[in-house]
Amino acid sequence: MHGIPVEGFMYPNEIELQWSVLIVLYPFLTGLVAGAFILASLERVFRIEEVKPTYRLALLTALAFLLVAPLPLQLHLGHPERSLEMYLTPHTSSAMAMFGFVYLWYLMAVLVLEIWLDYRHDIVVLSQTTTGWKRWLYKAMTLGSDNISPSALALDHKVGGIITIIGIPSAFLLHGYVGFIFGSVKANPWWSSPLMPVVFLFSAIVSGIATVMLVYMFLCRARGEQVDMRCVDTVAKYLFYAFLIDFTLELLDLIHRIYEADDSFRSLDFMVHTKLYIPHIVIQILIGTLTPIILLAITQVVRMTAAKRKVMYSLAGCLTLIGIFAMRWNVVIGGQLFSKSFLGYTTYKLGLIDREGLLVAIALTILPFFILWGLVKLLPPWEDVQGSHLEASYGDD
Amino acid sequence: MAAVFAAGILVFLLARSIFVPRTFGQYGHYRGAALAEIAAKPVMFAGHGACEGCHTEVFDVKTKGVHAHVACEACHGPLAKHADDPTALQPPKMDVAVLCVRCHEANKAKPATFPQVVSAEHSGGVPCDTCHKPHSPRIGGADTASAEKASGGGK
Amino acid sequence: MNITRRRLLYLLPAAAIAWDAIIAGTPEAAPNYNMTDHWWGFLIDVTKCIGCGTCVQACQAENNVPDGYYRTWVERYHVAGWPEENPTVDSPEGGKHGFPPLEKEGGKNFYVPKMCNHCADSPCTQVCPVGATFVSPDGVVLVDQKYCLGCRYCIQACPYGCRFINPQTMTASKCTLCYHRITKGLTTACSETCPTGTRQLVDLKNPNDPAHKFIETHSVQVLKPHLATQAKVFYYGLDGSVR
Repeated sequence: MHGIPVEGFMYPNEIELQWSVLIVLYPFLTGLVAGAFILASLERVFRIEEVKPTYRLALLTALAFLLVAPLPLQLHLGHPERSLEMYLTPHTSSAMAMFGFVYLWYLMAVLVLEIWLDYRHDIVVLSQTTTGWKRWLYKAMTLGSDNISPSALALDHKVGGIITIIGIPSAFLLHGYVGFIFGSVKANPWWSSPLMPVVFLFSAIVSGIATVMLVYMFLCRARGEQVDMRCVDTVAKYLFYAFLIDFTLELLDLIHRIYEADDSFRSLDFMVHTKLYIPHIVIQILIGTLTPIILLAITQVVRMTAAKRKVMYSLAGCLTLIGIFAMRWNVVIGGQLFSKSFLGYTTYKLGLIDREGLLVAIALTILPFFILWGLVKLLPPWEDVQGSHLEASYGDD
Repeated sequence: MAAVFAAGILVFLLARSIFVPRTFGQYGHYRGAALAEIAAKPVMFAGHGACEGCHTEVFDVKTKGVHAHVACEACHGPLAKHADDPTALQPPKMDVAVLCVRCHEANKAKPATFPQVVSAEHSGGVPCDTCHKPHSPRIGGADTASAEKASGGGK
Repeated sequence: MNITRRRLLYLLPAAAIAWDAIIAGTPEAAPNYNMTDHWWGFLIDVTKCIGCGTCVQACQAENNVPDGYYRTWVERYHVAGWPEENPTVDSPEGGKHGFPPLEKEGGKNFYVPKMCNHCADSPCTQVCPVGATFVSPDGVVLVDQKYCLGCRYCIQACPYGCRFINPQTMTASKCTLCYHRITKGLTTACSETCPTGTRQLVDLKNPNDPAHKFIETHSVQVLKPHLATQAKVFYYGLDGSVR
């Protein structure tokens, strides 16, 4: 039936998977958003000066990924034209109903507002100095305000700080609710766990930090600029810490499952050792978690040249992203491979050119980088713009 | 920026009043009209009560036999259209070779008291209705329905 | 009454709204059906099931169920007993065309019909983001085909595997307890055609319903009671090995 190979017994309607690779991609993308934002907030709220060079880049990265995030969902829906219903009649008992509002809140009230406030000075200057169609774009982006006096900028900075503070729990909500969507499903023992939102969140932080670190190093290289090692060393340090917490949480989940060995355990254990062996044990744990942790640990204790450290960080960053993607895969796809009768397993058939196929997934993963490129060109995160706020000298507040 | 937000909220409230279906919330968090739509779907099986009105002779035979509690449409298929307009739709002829074995082919998972045979050995290819009348299949007397109530017929 | 043009301009939209309300406000398909008089459930006597699959075929005919998807299905269990931990279960095409001979020897063997359990505390309606699936006032879990987004969250949330996406409508679909029949005083298509009396519709608000009386006087159970779904499909004679 369906041409899908089944081992053992599955309820007849369970054989075909419901949530595809696009639903794996969605939490991966929003995770990057949340993680990038948390990195940005490290400087803004927790005054970790070293990571300042990545501040604006982190915000732009978050925006690029946030803009793409609804696309996998729309492509997955049976009736995307009805998605407005989530805004019109949200069912408050459903975590998924939160999506529209949390997304909109985070996009407008946090990210866009913070970016606008932080860049406002540059936007005004650019609206006066550039020529051609860009001039009109910048003019529109000023939203009619061209006051860039020191007091106005100080106000921007203050409000931006408040937004960031609000933004941290908002980022937690943006990605945490996705974890809750899975964690609250009592029908599925692979998903049902109070740890799920927390694990999702910490893996999001890890992936977001890794992405910004990689993008920053790449852009510096592309622009022929020197990488600020003090910055990157600190970013890598926080990546390491976040990873340790993430790994601890996942380990806790594992030990708890093995120890309690409830009615689902035998079936899930068998699945992890067979169908999920490569994605879970090899890719997620060995390659995607343990290896980057070890690489980062080495950089923390062994003295290395800047060049060597950059290589270690790049490698660790790439492996991290692979590992976090694999984690999403193992949760979403893994949770659908076993039967709720605990008597069988099915197979995920990933198409190539389907609406929810591999090519679409790859395109949606690459798209945010194109958008980021556009954003970086439009709103340069570097200290290039004349009189940019990064040079302004209104100390701490 | 504040103006942008205010405009957004206004548009949202306006859209809400236009697009939310009118019967939404009538009985709960769903479109009340859906109940009527679902209840209005066409009926395909008439139900055993619909047959006896016209088919009284068959009905008399069946109620005395062991198939008394097997609904007519269990074998004859959905016939609501026929019940509504008997001349418009003639029920298709039953394929005895497939029909009877569906229930009566022996299988270890069937209750032991249920009448079942290995059809290849039982009749050697002879159609079932050669010996068994479908409306009262027990050979040698129809009126054994009461004695056979324990063997899986009771409804 | 003198209807001026201005009055008409006020009256017409008011009349239109009133007409819509009248049309929308009559969910009872039959003139005598009152939703609040009923609380529907189901009774399955596992000891009587012969695995003929007539119910699966009847459901498909009545409800236009697409091939490969099942609003109801029959499972066959082979319980070998110790030291086998698990039963061997099969359901070829949902049992629609019956079952092939059982290869395994000995043990306990039986059939179990499955369907939507129309849970009173249904996890599937809880997770629907827009209110497209719901428990009706008379206890039937239904899907509004015009409102469903096809997000598939309800399918994930159902512990019993009774939901699927209809490939023609791209919306969630499942057993409706033949709502279009029971509101007209008929029984479900599966109960109607079941030759052995395994399946019966129950009205849990009707003390005179023989099936209701049966539930009150015999040991019955529901599937996965530990999930507290308040399922309303009661099984008589259900073995502990049934999933």
